[in-house]
Amino acid sequence: MIRRTTLSGRTFEFPSLADLLAKATPARSGDVLAGCAAESAAQRVAAQLVLADLPLATFLEEQVVGYEEDDVTRLILDTHDAAAFAPVASLTVGEFRDRLLGWAATGDEAAISGLARGLTPEMVAAVSKLMRNADLIAVGRRTRVVTGLRSTLGLPGRLASRLQPNHPTDDPLGVTASIVDGLLQGSGDAVIGINPATDSPAQTIALLELVDAVIRRYDIPTQSCVLAHVTTTLRALERGAPVDLVFQSVAGTQGANRGFGVTLDLLAEARAGALELGRGTVGRNVTYFETGQGSALSAGAHLGVDGRPVDQQTLECRAYAVARHFEPLLVNTVVGFIGPEYLYDGKQVVRAGLEDHFCGKLLGLPMGVDVCYTNHAEVDGDDTDALMLLLGAAGCSFLIAVPGSDDVMLHYQSLSFSDVLSARQVLGLRPAPEFEEWLARMDLLEADGRVRSLAPDAPAARALLAAAQS
Amino acid sequence: MSVVGDDPWAVLRGATRARVALGRAGDGLPTARELEFRAAHAVARDAVHMPLEPDVVRAALGDLDVVEVHSAAADRAEYLQRPDLGRRLAPGTELPSVGADLGIVIGDGLSPRAVHEHAAGTVTALLERLPGWSVAPVVLAQQARVGLGDEIGAALGVRAVVVLIGERPGLSSADSLGIYLTWDPRPGRADSERNCVSNVRPPHGLAYGQAADTVAALLRAARELGASGVALKDEGPALTSGAD
Repeated sequence: MIRRTTLSGRTFEFPSLADLLAKATPARSGDVLAGCAAESAAQRVAAQLVLADLPLATFLEEQVVGYEEDDVTRLILDTHDAAAFAPVASLTVGEFRDRLLGWAATGDEAAISGLARGLTPEMVAAVSKLMRNADLIAVGRRTRVVTGLRSTLGLPGRLASRLQPNHPTDDPLGVTASIVDGLLQGSGDAVIGINPATDSPAQTIALLELVDAVIRRYDIPTQSCVLAHVTTTLRALERGAPVDLVFQSVAGTQGANRGFGVTLDLLAEARAGALELGRGTVGRNVTYFETGQGSALSAGAHLGVDGRPVDQQTLECRAYAVARHFEPLLVNTVVGFIGPEYLYDGKQVVRAGLEDHFCGKLLGLPMGVDVCYTNHAEVDGDDTDALMLLLGAAGCSFLIAVPGSDDVMLHYQSLSFSDVLSARQVLGLRPAPEFEEWLARMDLLEADGRVRSLAPDAPAARALLAAAQS
Repeated sequence: MSVVGDDPWAVLRGATRARVALGRAGDGLPTARELEFRAAHAVARDAVHMPLEPDVVRAALGDLDVVEVHSAAADRAEYLQRPDLGRRLAPGTELPSVGADLGIVIGDGLSPRAVHEHAAGTVTALLERLPGWSVAPVVLAQQARVGLGDEIGAALGVRAVVVLIGERPGLSSADSLGIYLTWDPRPGRADSERNCVSNVRPPHGLAYGQAADTVAALLRAARELGASGVALKDEGPALTSGAD
C-alpha cells in the first residue's frame, strides 16, 4: 500500500510499511549500507508525518517481515495479547507517543508497563522514531520491569552492573583477578558474566564452576553466566554443571537467528533445563540475551516483505520479541560493538542506545546496555559517559563493566567499574538490594552508601584478594 | 594470607593483562591511569586514520613491480561506513591480465601503520618460500577491504590471491597485519572460501617467517585441492605435509 504526504511543496511516497519505517528512522550508517535510509532530511520528516497518522492497529494487519516465511513474525502475532493492547488499540502512532508522555509525566507506571504483551516490536519501533532522546528517557524511566534470580533487578532507584571478567585464554587466575577487582568496586549485582575465549563444553563448565565457587565462598547474592552458544550450555547442563543462566545472542529475523545457529525450540529446551535446577532464591528468570542493531544486516538476513530491506532499529525490536518469550533475567544491547558501518559516531550510538533501552523496556524486557565502542568508530569516552548518564536517568536496569574499560579478550572498550560508581553517585542510584546488603556485610560501603576506596590491607580487600591467590 | 612483595594489588596485576587494581580518585580513575588509557586509544585511532604512504611500501619492497589502485570508497569516512565499496575497485581501474600462479595484494585496511611496518617483510618471506611460482606485480590498494582481492585477482588472471591487510587496531596492538588466501579469486567469493593468518606483528605477534611458512603451506594445499577456505581447513594432513 502506497502512503504519501506533501512537505514544503514536495510530495513524498512510501511504497511499503517497511519503507515508511526505514525512511522515518533517525540517520545511521547501517540503514545507508542497507539502502533503505532516508535520502534527505525532508523525506525523513515526511515519513514521520505519515507514520504519526498511522493507526497502531495497522501493525497487526500489515507485516514488514512475512508471517509465512519467518518464525519471529509468527511468534509476535501468535502471542499478541489483545486485552493488553485494548487501552491503546484506537490510537495512531502519534497519539500513542502523546499518551505515553502523558503517563510518564504523571508517573503512571502501571498504565505504561501493562501494555507490554499488547505491543508488537513494530509498534514500539514506530513510536520511538517519533520521539526525541528526552522522550525516550522520560518514558523509559516510568516503564517498570522487575526480574530476579538471586538478586532483584529493575527496582526504582537502582542501577546494577554486569561484571565482565574476560580473559584472552580463559585463564582461571586471570578471570578471578578481574572478578575480585570488580567486586571490590561494587560491580556484579546483575551477573558475573564471562565471554569464553573458547566455546567448548569443557571450558564452559570449568568457568561455570570457577564463578560458582567464588559466589558460594563469599555468599554473594548474584548469578553467574558463561556466554557460550546455547548448544554448548545444553551440553553443560547435561553434564550437571552449575548453570544459573542460559545465554544466547538473538536477532530479529529467522534467517539471522539461523546465522547464530539458534531456533526457538533450542532456546525453550535450554531454559527448561536451567529452570529445573531451581537455583534461584528471589526469582525464576533464567535466561540472558544479547542483541544489537545491525546484526541481521551483517548476516545478510535483513530483508522483509517483497525482498525489501527493513531498517536495523525495527529489526532490533523484533529481537526483543524473541527474548521476551523466554522471560529473561537480563537483556542487553551491545550498542557500539558492531562497528561504524552500522552506527558511525557518538551521536548515532547515543541515539541507538536510548532507543534500544526504551523499546526493550516497553516490550517488557529487563533492559541493560553495553555502552561501548571500537577503535574505528567516531566514538570516545566522552560519548560513552553521556550515554551512560542518560541511561541511568532513563532507569536502565544494568550496565556492563570491565576492568579499566578495556576488554582484553573481545578487543573493544566498554564502561569501567568506576564508571558505574560515578553514574550511581551522580544520579543517586544504588546497587540491587540483596547485593547492597552483601557489600555492607563485607564492609565495602561507607556510611553514606558509597562503595569504599579500600587500602589493600583492609579486611574486605584481604578477604577477596584471597580468592585470586588460590 | 600471603602477600606478594609490598603491594598486595600486585596479586591482581600479575594474574591478567586486564586493567585491574587501577585505584580510584573519588569515583573516577586516578589521572595517571586515565591518561594511560587515553594514550592507548589515541595510538589505535591514529593507526586507523593515518593515510597509506605508497612510497614507504614501494621502497621496502625493493625491485618488485608494484601497481597502485584505489577502491570505490572515496575517503576514510566513506570507507568506514561502506564496507561494500571497499570490496570493489574504483570505476575505470585497469590491471594487466598476466595469468600468473599468484597475485599479492597489499591493502591498508583498518591499520595503514601495520602495512607500513610489516607488509614488505611478510611479502619477502613469502616469496622466498614459493620457488617455481609465477607471481603477478604486487598490487598496492588504498581504502581496501579483504574482498577487494577477489576483483583484483580475477583481473590479473591469477590462480590464487593473497591479501595482506591492516587489522582493526586494539588498545594494545595498533600494528597487526592479517593475511587472507583465496583460491580462484573472483567477485562474490564468501569469507568461508578464504583462509586467514592473523596477528603478524613481530616481536609481539607472529614473525614474518612463521606467517610465511603457514601461508606457503596453505597455498600448496589449496593448489592440490583446487579450493581454499573451510574445505582446505578440513584437509589437516595435506596442510601438515606442506608445512615442512
